[in-house]
Amino acid sequence: MSPLHLCLLFSSALFCIGLVGALARSNTILVLLGVELMLNAANLNFIAFWRYGPTPSPATGVMFVIFSIAVAAAEAAVGLALIIAVYRHQKSIRLQEANRLKG
Amino acid sequence: MSLSAQYLWLIPALPLLAATIAALAPRSARSLAAGAAILALATSFFISCAALSTALANPATHLTHNFVWFELGNDTVPLGWLLDPLTAFMCTMVTFVGTLIFIFSLGYMHEDANFKQFFCFLSLFAAAMLGLLVANSLLLLFICWELVGLASYLLIGFWFHKPSAAAAAKKAFITTRIGDLGFLLGLLWLYDSAGSLLLYDNGHGVLEATALGALGSAATLCGLTVASAIGLLLFCGAVGKSGQFPLHVWLPDAMEGPTPVSALIHAATMVAAGVFLMARVYPLLTPDALRVIAFIGAITALLGAVIAVAQYDLKRILAFSTVSQLGYMMLAIGVGAPNAAIFHLLTHAFFKALLFLGAGSVIHAAHHEQDIRQLGGLSAKMKLTFATFAIGTMALVGVPLFFSGFWSKEAILHAAHTTTGSHLPFYAALIGVVLTAFYNTRLIAETFFGHGRSHAAEHAHENSAVMTTPLVILAFFAIALGFLGTPAYPWLQARLSGETAVHGHSLLDGVGLMVLSIVLVAVGIGAGFALYGRKLRAKATSPDPLATAAPGLHAFLGARLKFDELYAATFGVLNSFTATAADWFDRYVWGGIVHFLALLGEFSGTVNREADEQGLNGGFDATSEKIRGTGQAYSRVQTGDAHGYLRWIAVSFVVLALVAIFGGVV
Repeated sequence: MSPLHLCLLFSSALFCIGLVGALARSNTILVLLGVELMLNAANLNFIAFWRYGPTPSPATGVMFVIFSIAVAAAEAAVGLALIIAVYRHQKSIRLQEANRLKG
Repeated sequence: MSLSAQYLWLIPALPLLAATIAALAPRSARSLAAGAAILALATSFFISCAALSTALANPATHLTHNFVWFELGNDTVPLGWLLDPLTAFMCTMVTFVGTLIFIFSLGYMHEDANFKQFFCFLSLFAAAMLGLLVANSLLLLFICWELVGLASYLLIGFWFHKPSAAAAAKKAFITTRIGDLGFLLGLLWLYDSAGSLLLYDNGHGVLEATALGALGSAATLCGLTVASAIGLLLFCGAVGKSGQFPLHVWLPDAMEGPTPVSALIHAATMVAAGVFLMARVYPLLTPDALRVIAFIGAITALLGAVIAVAQYDLKRILAFSTVSQLGYMMLAIGVGAPNAAIFHLLTHAFFKALLFLGAGSVIHAAHHEQDIRQLGGLSAKMKLTFATFAIGTMALVGVPLFFSGFWSKEAILHAAHTTTGSHLPFYAALIGVVLTAFYNTRLIAETFFGHGRSHAAEHAHENSAVMTTPLVILAFFAIALGFLGTPAYPWLQARLSGETAVHGHSLLDGVGLMVLSIVLVAVGIGAGFALYGRKLRAKATSPDPLATAAPGLHAFLGARLKFDELYAATFGVLNSFTATAADWFDRYVWGGIVHFLALLGEFSGTVNREADEQGLNGGFDATSEKIRGTGQAYSRVQTGDAHGYLRWIAVSFVVLALVAIFGGVV
């Protein structure tokens, strides 16, 4: 097994853990954590393909990842703010109960 | 001391400033308002004296200072100040008499709650009048003319809580406005034909040879020259302002104002404006126009004197005497003696101011009783007022030799006698002299002799010095001023016509006329004494001797020849008929058209609405309904269950991945 395969297997595992967490948990914060895990699995793939890819260019993969992390941080901030707002309204952060926007 | 024409604006500006101060000051600032008014007018008087000495040094020149007011396209509208003996004499008189009247008002208006406003209006009045005098542009003159009208309206209606005062103010304003319409038309026509409204402008002014020649030669309809027509239109303004027949009706009613106002209107300012205007534009007046002026003047002189005979109100008698005296002045203008007119205007200003202030003193002392039947016996109680009032009366009557009115009236009679035109005005003026003597004797006898016929008259007492001092000063001038223009040494007339040398005549020159007028005065006084002096009125209710002799005539005179009724029956009825017709026309003809159009609009609106609701709206409603249904159907997908969404994403991802792997995409 090449180091690339190992990396991809690890990131797949990470992604699955994140997916399960996001799908199974009802606490919105934990759902958000799951989403972050999936995002980081994708970041790991970026690094792996950059490091072991056929044409390693100087910093492309790292740049992508840094951008991705910045976007993730912003997204987390928005997500947490939403959670706080939801909590203020209905004194609960259960995701199942935050269904006011249904059609 | 000399004054350049450039600074002439100071004379009206100072009272205007005082009026502004008084207007802005709080209601309680009584002494500030009065002080500012008196101080400003007194300062104006000193400036006027400087102007007078300048003008007298060069009586033949018209010192002017013109400037551009504003530009309108290629045209400029110039205004200017004018300094000549006429302006200077008038300014000096107005400021001097005005100051005395202001001081008198201190005492007379002392108890009035609106003391501050009174001095504000008085200052405005004086400012407007002085502006009118120094104007070198007929436009500026007209502006000030209208300001005088406004101020007179404010002052006559000063006690506006009295309905009669409010009505009198309106009457004065509207009546003079009728004349002003003619004045304005004359101005426009003059501007159209002469191209300027400046009086003197280095040969380009309307009173200078070029313009006069052009105006005189241009003929218009009915054989009148343009100059005659313009002169008569300007005279319309003077008729309104100077209370000439047939617009004299406002002047007696103007007595509703406080007495100092009457003095100011009747002596120094408003009524003098008309005579001043005619003297000012005298070069413009053609023989045709002058003939009309002479006849109007003579009619007014006679009319005023006749009506005054049967009046009972102290101030109203004086008002009609003013109407009569203004008639004399107009007569003098009409017979070609504007200098005599101004001479009489100046002397009249002093003795009429004296008479009005004297009447004010009587009225103040008698607690606002001004019916001469209720007065009486005041000669003993108010010695100073009586003495000065008697001097004023004798000047008005024209008691020979020692009183100013004699000399100025003599100058007018002389001019009317020597005129080449008709002598009818002269005879009217002679009758006027008799009547003047008659009604003034009656006035003095009823007011001052005998015993008091009412509680107020019995308890009257002399007023304070602030009111009597102006009387004494005016009385002095009522005598002294006559000597400025005696036939032996006609200094005033010479200066007014721009001569430095005085060509006197022998007093014997017109001695026949003089004797005649002395006889006429004596007849008038004698008749008055015979009717009213020998047997004094016993009670307030006892009948007038003239009323017993000729009750119908007396009542007719007492009703002021029914002029008000005549106007009410003619112009009033015509006016209300026109108004009714216009109202009917408005309501039914124009209103009908408007209503028809409105109905038409309403109908088309209804049609539109129906088309909208049935046609257009139906289509839109159906479409909207469909869109809504579709939206509702799709909105079921959005369950609000975040896990559900996530699950769908995961499943879709897996499906896509499988398709990609096994479908041979990768």
